[in-house]
Amino acid sequence: MVKTHRREMSVASAITALALVLAVAAPGYFSGENLGDLFMASLPVLLVAIGMTLVVVTGEIDISVGSTFAICGVAAGILSKSGVPVWLASAAACLLGAVFGSLNGALVAYLGIPSIVVTLATMTALRDGLRWATEGAWVQDLPPAFQWLGLTQTEFPFVAAIVTVMLTSAFAWGLGHVAAGRAIYATGSNPRAARLAGLNTSAVKWMVFTVLGALTGLAAVLNAVRFNQIPSNAGIGLEMKVIASVVVGGASVAGGTGRVMGTVLGVVLLAAVGPALTFLGVSAYWERAIQGGIILVAIAAEGIRHPAYRRLASAAASARAQA
Amino acid sequence: MSHTLLSTSSVSKSFEGVCALRGVSFDLKAGEVHALVGENGAGKSTLIKIMTGAEQPDAGTLTVAGRDVPHMTPALARSLGIAAIYQQPSLFPHLTVAENLALALETGTVWRRVHWTARRNRALALLEEAGAAIGPERLASTLSMPEQQMVEIAKTVGAAAKIVIMDEPTSSLMDDEVDRLFNVIGMLRTQGAGIVYISHRLEEVFAVSDRITVLRDGETVATRDTRAIDRSELIQTMVGRALTAVFPKRPVAPGAVAIELRRLSNRALGIHDVSLSVRRGEVLGIAGLVGSGRTELAETLFGLVPADGGEMLLHGEPVRIESPSHAIRLGIGYVPEDRRQHGVVLDMAVASNASLASLDAVSSRGLIDRAAERLLAESYVERLRIKTPSVSTQVGALSGGNQQKVALARWLSIGPEILILDEPTQGVDVGAKAEIHALIQDLAERGIAIIMISSELPEVLGMSDRVAVMRAGTVSGVLSRTEATQDRIIALALERP
Ligand SMILES: Nc1ncnc2c1ncn2[C@@H]1O[C@H](COP(=O)(O)OP(=O)(O)OP(=O)(O)O)[C@@H](O)[C@H]1O
Ligand SMILES: [Mg+2]
Repeated sequence: MVKTHRREMSVASAITALALVLAVAAPGYFSGENLGDLFMASLPVLLVAIGMTLVVVTGEIDISVGSTFAICGVAAGILSKSGVPVWLASAAACLLGAVFGSLNGALVAYLGIPSIVVTLATMTALRDGLRWATEGAWVQDLPPAFQWLGLTQTEFPFVAAIVTVMLTSAFAWGLGHVAAGRAIYATGSNPRAARLAGLNTSAVKWMVFTVLGALTGLAAVLNAVRFNQIPSNAGIGLEMKVIASVVVGGASVAGGTGRVMGTVLGVVLLAAVGPALTFLGVSAYWERAIQGGIILVAIAAEGIRHPAYRRLASAAASARAQA
Repeated sequence: MSHTLLSTSSVSKSFEGVCALRGVSFDLKAGEVHALVGENGAGKSTLIKIMTGAEQPDAGTLTVAGRDVPHMTPALARSLGIAAIYQQPSLFPHLTVAENLALALETGTVWRRVHWTARRNRALALLEEAGAAIGPERLASTLSMPEQQMVEIAKTVGAAAKIVIMDEPTSSLMDDEVDRLFNVIGMLRTQGAGIVYISHRLEEVFAVSDRITVLRDGETVATRDTRAIDRSELIQTMVGRALTAVFPKRPVAPGAVAIELRRLSNRALGIHDVSLSVRRGEVLGIAGLVGSGRTELAETLFGLVPADGGEMLLHGEPVRIESPSHAIRLGIGYVPEDRRQHGVVLDMAVASNASLASLDAVSSRGLIDRAAERLLAESYVERLRIKTPSVSTQVGALSGGNQQKVALARWLSIGPEILILDEPTQGVDVGAKAEIHALIQDLAERGIAIIMISSELPEVLGMSDRVAVMRAGTVSGVLSRTEATQDRIIALALERP
């Protein structure tokens, strides 16, 4: 609940700087086709990252989202192949995601097991469970109505964009203006004080995991309908992309701070960097190194806000003032 | 003539535009107790943080034993013989008491061998000297607030320091324990140490100090010999105005019984067979030594750890309180003792903290009305004189006493029927204390049943209609307002079974 928007400003400047470099060096980057691809590829990451922001603000983490993502996509495909209407299959996938999320949440909130342990276990269990069930096979021969959610190829991006923008704004606004949002920050900042203030901190934690699960299910559907087959190994590494975006966006893994707007910018920055390298003729091998660099810079910026650093900085400032 | 151990001259310090100290000069002589007093946010803690190197001054000089120290650091302070008890105990929660003491006191290389028995024995001896009955094997996280303070005192005893700084060391200690601290102080003084003593309890300041320096709004307003100033003059110097009655107790005709306990027990918290009742409009004071189960009783009533035996009746109806949110729904409010850790959310703004327990009142259909929230917070900022740049300032940036007031505002704003206050004026300055006492009186007149836990006997005697004294996890006696005296309370608190 920091009042200043310093982090958002610096991530936005980084994005602007990148855009300026690209505008000069590789104007092709801004072709409708490339931006469209970029947009469609980052939508799922964004949706999951919004859910992850809530979880990180409560001071927890969920590394099982990649596995949930894979299962939900496959489930949507199988259902729709068996004749279930596409919207119902999509709803079922979200529900399935919510169920997995609430399982994680219940283990964390009510049994008090650390979330990194719980979700490490579910990450592996769900991934291996899926591999065992599908024997590694992809879902193929999807009904035509499944593709693009039954819309045309040009309509779909608009619908997807509208859904995402609406959800993002709802969460961004809600965190600040809905009592439940306040409860999320209080739980992450000082669980004991929150409990004493009458907030049900266990329910809060359980709820954020459930929401994250549902958003992961939705992301999986929006991703699956873009292709004519659904891989059973989708979403590997998704958790890292998502957590990195959330951290770059200013949420502290210690809990209590973080905003949706920051996360949106974090997703944009990390998603834009990869293809930008290709356009600038830099080897794609550098992509991960550069993303890692961005994360390090973001975490170092966290340190700058730390009291010990501020003390150093103010001592230096007063030394300059005296000189 | 005793020599000067430490002095600051024209020290200034500001935090992001808030000026905490401006041109403060202060000196400490060998063998004296120099009290530092002032309202909440006057800059006392900031001044001592500069002495210990925890903060760097923006301007001014710090001199220790005649030498200028341009860059004080905590490590340098320690090697110059400066030891400090901070306002917020700073123990390592996952280490034992003995390890905490060792960390502060043992010297030697990182690779030295640890002698566990020696470490344990040393801890025992220090705790004994500080007058604390605490097992050295206990984890610091299991200690209550007053126990943490006693461990901090033991730390300074062991440091054999030349300069001992104590920032509100007694804020949650009772008379008996305070006396033991004064013995420790007396011993340090005869050894030629100088002591800086911060407290909002003026009786203590008069009892223990040789000189008094008054800070107001970051400036030194006076330094006087304790013998040359009296209480009312001191208060006037501190707050810049005369203060009226300290305990504005007016008799209230008590109403129906609001809460009744019949042999209530909670084995997990070590309390048993507590029988009590509080009427509407009545203030029940609860006194007792450190570890007597006062806070544990409050936690049981509030459902933090549900009771496991006996009965509890609310307005005549038996209830079993399962959780704090359940207690709040039943109209019970609880201002916890350790407010920094349990009371306020440091990362959140003053306004959000104030409304945290009454979000329903400032929101409709789950949506928070920001304007209503600000108004609510602003009214308490004014009423409790909370010193803050604005209601959107983060609570973490306020002085200790002002953080307490924010916690208090939260509970007053839920409009409870039964209010449990654990050390309501701990760490709060005289002006605000009078304000809080007047508020408690107001609430009682409005028919609220109040349970007030306090270690400060004058406060218990001044504010309560009846006083329940706790010892070893149960109530050892209940005294009416006319029966209650300092001696009888202490006798009940100490009495051996
Ligand atoms: N880290 C900080 N950031 C911003 N402001 C601060 C910080 N520390 C202290 N202040 C401000 O400096 C002023 C002096 O604070 P300080 O803690 O020294 O008061 P104090 O005299 O110890 O009060 P109390 O009796 O309440 O403990 C206050 O107005 C406080 O809000
Ligand atoms: Mg202070």
